[in-house]
Amino acid sequence: MKIALPDMSLVLLMGASGSGKSTFAKRHFLASEVVSSDGCRAIVSNDENSLAATNDAFDLLFYIIGKRLKNGLLTVVDATNVQASSRKKLVQLAREYHCLPSIIVLDMPLRLCEDRNAARKDRSMGAHVIRHQHAALRKSMRNLKREGFRKIHLFKSTEELDTVTGIEKEKLYNDRKDLHGPFDLIGDVHGCYVELCELLAKLGYQITEAPADESNYGIQVIPPKGRQVIFLGDLVDRGPASVAVLKLAMSMVNAGHAICVPGNHDMKLLRWLKGKNVAMTHGIEGTIAELEQEPASFKVELRDFLYKLVSHFVLDRGRLVVCHAGLKEKMQGRASGAVRSFCLFGESTGEIDEYGLPVRYNWAKDYRGEAKVVYGHTPIPKAEWLNKTINLDTGCVFGGSLTAMRYPEEDFVSVVAKEVYWEPTKSLTTAEVLLTSQQEHDDLLDIDDVRGKRIVQTGLMNNLTIREENSISALEIMGRFAVNPKWLIYLPPTMSPCETSASEEYLEHPLEAINYYKKRGIKTLVCEEKHMGSRAVIVLCRSEAVALNRFGIKNDGFGKCYTRTGRNFFAQKQAALEQAFLEKVRAGLDKANVWEKFDTDWICLDCELMPWSAKAQALLKEQYAAVGSAASHALPVAITAMQQASARGITDLEELLTKYKYRDQSISKFIKAYRQYCWPLESVDDFKLAPFHILASEGQVHSNKSNEWHMQKIAEIVEKDSSLFQATPYKIVDTDSEESIETACSWWMDLTQKGGEGMVVKPLDFICHEDSGKLLQPAVKCRGKEYLRIIYGAEYDHPSQLARLKKRGLSRKRSLALREFALGIESLKRFVAGEPLRRIHESVFAVLALESEEVDPGL
Amino acid sequence: MFLRISTTHQPATDLGYLMHKHPARAQEVKLSHGKAHIFYPEASEKRTSICLLLDIDPIEMVRGVRKLSGKKFALGHYVNDRPYVASSFMSVAIAKSFSTALNGTCTAKPELVEQELPFEIEVAVVSAAKGGEMLIRKLFEPLGYKVNLERHVLDSKFEDWGKSKYYTLKLSNNVKTKDLLSHLYVLLPALDFDKHYYISRGEVDKLLDKGKDWLGKHPEREQIVNRYLKNFRSLSRMAMEGLSLAEEPNEEKGPIEIDKPRRKTLHELRLKRVCQELVASGAKRVLDLGCGEGKLIQLLLKQKQFTEIVGTDISHTELNRAKDRLHWENMAPKMKERIRLFQSALTYRDKRLHGFDAAALVEVIEHLEEDRLEALEKVIFGIARPKTVIVTTPNSEYNEMYETLAAGDMRHTDHRFEWTRAEFANWGDRLASDKKYSVSYHPLGEEEENIGAPSQMAVFVLEK
Repeated sequence: MKIALPDMSLVLLMGASGSGKSTFAKRHFLASEVVSSDGCRAIVSNDENSLAATNDAFDLLFYIIGKRLKNGLLTVVDATNVQASSRKKLVQLAREYHCLPSIIVLDMPLRLCEDRNAARKDRSMGAHVIRHQHAALRKSMRNLKREGFRKIHLFKSTEELDTVTGIEKEKLYNDRKDLHGPFDLIGDVHGCYVELCELLAKLGYQITEAPADESNYGIQVIPPKGRQVIFLGDLVDRGPASVAVLKLAMSMVNAGHAICVPGNHDMKLLRWLKGKNVAMTHGIEGTIAELEQEPASFKVELRDFLYKLVSHFVLDRGRLVVCHAGLKEKMQGRASGAVRSFCLFGESTGEIDEYGLPVRYNWAKDYRGEAKVVYGHTPIPKAEWLNKTINLDTGCVFGGSLTAMRYPEEDFVSVVAKEVYWEPTKSLTTAEVLLTSQQEHDDLLDIDDVRGKRIVQTGLMNNLTIREENSISALEIMGRFAVNPKWLIYLPPTMSPCETSASEEYLEHPLEAINYYKKRGIKTLVCEEKHMGSRAVIVLCRSEAVALNRFGIKNDGFGKCYTRTGRNFFAQKQAALEQAFLEKVRAGLDKANVWEKFDTDWICLDCELMPWSAKAQALLKEQYAAVGSAASHALPVAITAMQQASARGITDLEELLTKYKYRDQSISKFIKAYRQYCWPLESVDDFKLAPFHILASEGQVHSNKSNEWHMQKIAEIVEKDSSLFQATPYKIVDTDSEESIETACSWWMDLTQKGGEGMVVKPLDFICHEDSGKLLQPAVKCRGKEYLRIIYGAEYDHPSQLARLKKRGLSRKRSLALREFALGIESLKRFVAGEPLRRIHESVFAVLALESEEVDPGL
Repeated sequence: MFLRISTTHQPATDLGYLMHKHPARAQEVKLSHGKAHIFYPEASEKRTSICLLLDIDPIEMVRGVRKLSGKKFALGHYVNDRPYVASSFMSVAIAKSFSTALNGTCTAKPELVEQELPFEIEVAVVSAAKGGEMLIRKLFEPLGYKVNLERHVLDSKFEDWGKSKYYTLKLSNNVKTKDLLSHLYVLLPALDFDKHYYISRGEVDKLLDKGKDWLGKHPEREQIVNRYLKNFRSLSRMAMEGLSLAEEPNEEKGPIEIDKPRRKTLHELRLKRVCQELVASGAKRVLDLGCGEGKLIQLLLKQKQFTEIVGTDISHTELNRAKDRLHWENMAPKMKERIRLFQSALTYRDKRLHGFDAAALVEVIEHLEEDRLEALEKVIFGIARPKTVIVTTPNSEYNEMYETLAAGDMRHTDHRFEWTRAEFANWGDRLASDKKYSVSYHPLGEEEENIGAPSQMAVFVLEK
């Protein structure tokens, strides 16, 4: 015989010492499922019989149970549990975590327990103790049901115990993860039968009359193929035809075409049907009047129907939760009075608002769960998403509309109420709102969503861990420097250089970059010239209205150009320049018909913005020019002094002199190298913008297009305004062709000799995997010989330096580049999917956090 | 990286004995990240010069230093000025190359040791960050040096980038050799303001040793000590004590800022006023938002009235500094019970800030972009809603009083805006009416006609 226990249950074993609880537990449960009081005694005192340790042991016992129940795990308590008071605490604990308490009673003959105890050498328990326990157990039996135990299993002898062959875990009623829909979810109907029929027809359901039987009430509904309706409760009251609605719903439920969760009105009606006293207010009086016309048998059927309704359902592999008034994450899929009450009424704060209505705690604001929660209960003007939750009660009975949402499509279908059937206390239509609830909510991010150690799920690399110290750094940068987080839908990843070159003369050479991909089986590459400016992400809307509607941004223009750390590219006092620049970019995009081409009214571009000196002014002045200035004024003095000494006949200075002359020349080359990327910025016309990725537009993250596609689409934009936009020259390389590789290498040589920064080698596909399934670097850079002076110092190419610099490790940089790439794509995907800002920000924030990981600054 | 010491003492060739280095040979000394070369470009009876040329390996230094110091070290780049600037490397080279002379020993000609000799010195180049020419003069002139400076441009191609912080320094003086060397030993790194290795107690001993005869009398001793020890307060205090010049422990100075001449009084006055307001508000549980290094918290701790004091800052480094200042590790448990410090960004909703009686934002708002203030307003005034909120910010009208501040410039490089009194009141009035607070404004510091006080304070009180 198997004994049944609820899947998410706290199971008490009850029995006197020596009744065989531990043995039973060991036989039928996992070791980790059993928490024993003796075990806890041993942990806190090294003695599993220590009575002095009782309090500490039980503290620990409760703590462990709490953690397990929080995580939804069946837990068995191996303690005597013969005292009502100790059971009470455990039942409370189970309720706190909305788990069902069960009990297995081992009511073994007293003699057996005494004998077993006598046989144990490690324990000397007086016979009276066992007698007391035995008596307490007997006394407890009749109260167990009242104490709240849902399942009670009683065994009175070892023979009976031995018949147990195992445990059968029963799914909770609310667990319908096996149902995947598609569903049509319908908000509060409240007796609006005409509107309901119209809505069902609109949704494609055929409602016809049929010969009445005991389950169809004369109504036959044919749903669109495979679809099922979910009623979100409150079928009755206030409206004109509650009974008709009930019959339709019951018929559909009985035929398997609908699922129904109870609403508070439905449950009030149930109480009346059960003969309880209920207040004849809030519309029940109408429903009751209707019911009086019905035969008694219908009332019985209705009572049974309502009685069997389950407070909420978890559907579709846990991705969808349906209930009447909403449900917090920690209550989903659980069972307790509190869960049921939340499902019916939501949570009220106890306050009363100016209309005399209870103030409801807006649980949806704080909702952070993965499952989408669809509910009703509170009439609102328009259904909209907030943190993956949506209320579909659009107040039909109050003259609003009856709304359905198709799942998984998430389309909305609604029918306007024929009339106002019930005067609302609070007007449904509120003042004109600019932002959606989600956008309004997103005006502020919560620090708890970013601080501490974080785990971010990404589509490309699964779970990525962000360490606490990195979150700390990122918070500082984000808090002090970043633009309005609503603009920050993407931060670019860092990029790894190629392996160091095998040739003596070079630190980096394209051959290594190409080989990185060739070795990993990539046939076609796109080599793009690397512009030397500053990385800039441009998020641009067609108009300020779009910024408001799509991004929820008020009074902050129609676009932003920000740096790789999320900082505005333009300083506050450059506001006019910023405006002119963004307008110029927009004009260019207008001319290139970008909006029509991509069917969008916003776009996100990954770019290089030149000149370098525009943004890196401080760096140039404090570091590059400073070093140039210091060196070029120190070295000649030293050289002159050495020459004087040599002229005096000091002989051993030759080598040193040569070295310092070399240094002086290197510094000149260094100065020349950085100067190339600087030009004065007098007006907006001095900017050059080189986009290289069209990252995203409405409904699309363009990471599914090839890098060649990106180059081509950008070329189409560039040709419309070459005064601002700069094309990125590129070469397609076939890694099987030596000639093709050679062409790319000599092209690089050519570019870098003319002072170019170098090139970026990318696989043809934007997202690329090795055969083993491992994600590949989205790009590898290969920098020019002269350019590298400004990275590794003026004299880096001296053979002695080069030899040392070649010993550099790339693995850390590469791992960072991949993780940041995955996070960047993730944030775009989340934005495009219309997810809440905190979800987008989580991913963007993680990129910034990873950027604070220490890597060799030269890479 | 280049130091030339010349003398016209007759016979000038005595310099060879004084420096304990033979004029006919080039010599080298090994240093931790390179070498020092010593040679004489001229050696005649009329005039003799000795050069100390540092050959620093920047890559070795970067890799070594990063291990020692953690990531925030400014030298942690391949491109840096260390090989070219006279810094603490120069001091180390002086001590290693001329140790005999520095100790005042000259076996060949002992009579020269106590003699003041005519010296000319050239250093190429020195960096004088945060101080410039004035600082160089203040450091050397009191010791009798005649100072000649040539300041270099950053880049001749881009003249609008302006001047660099680098100078070629020429000095002349009649001075004892060992004093000359000890002056250079102490003052060059003090000028440079950038240590090449992590600062430790040992630095204090070196400073006291090299400066024992003159530093105590130097009018800029405090600045020299602070800069030499890179503003490590505890070390500076230790050094000042060593020089028997310790001041009251409260008289500590922060990093050099533009309003420094008045800062000591202004900032202290500001904190005192804020503390008074908080006391007057009757608050028991208070927030110091943007507490920085914890000066206000120190004042608040002294008031019995405050049973819970929470300091937050966006900068983790600042919080650690505050912990240092408050002697966090050794704080008495009863005191520690009253205080908490944690990182918070005022643009993110933060439930840890809820339920307080009062909050102070002392010189905080101007560090946020104006367009992000709305978020701060919501977080503090909209959601946390303490009964009293005190906000202070600079009064930009007063900026004309700072001579070193160009018109339109702000007092601190991280200030995103500075408001006039009218602008502040505009913001405060709108905020107060939006969030149902009443507000009053107060000047902080001495008021000048037409331009007001250097800083300003708004006190917001939640309307009942």
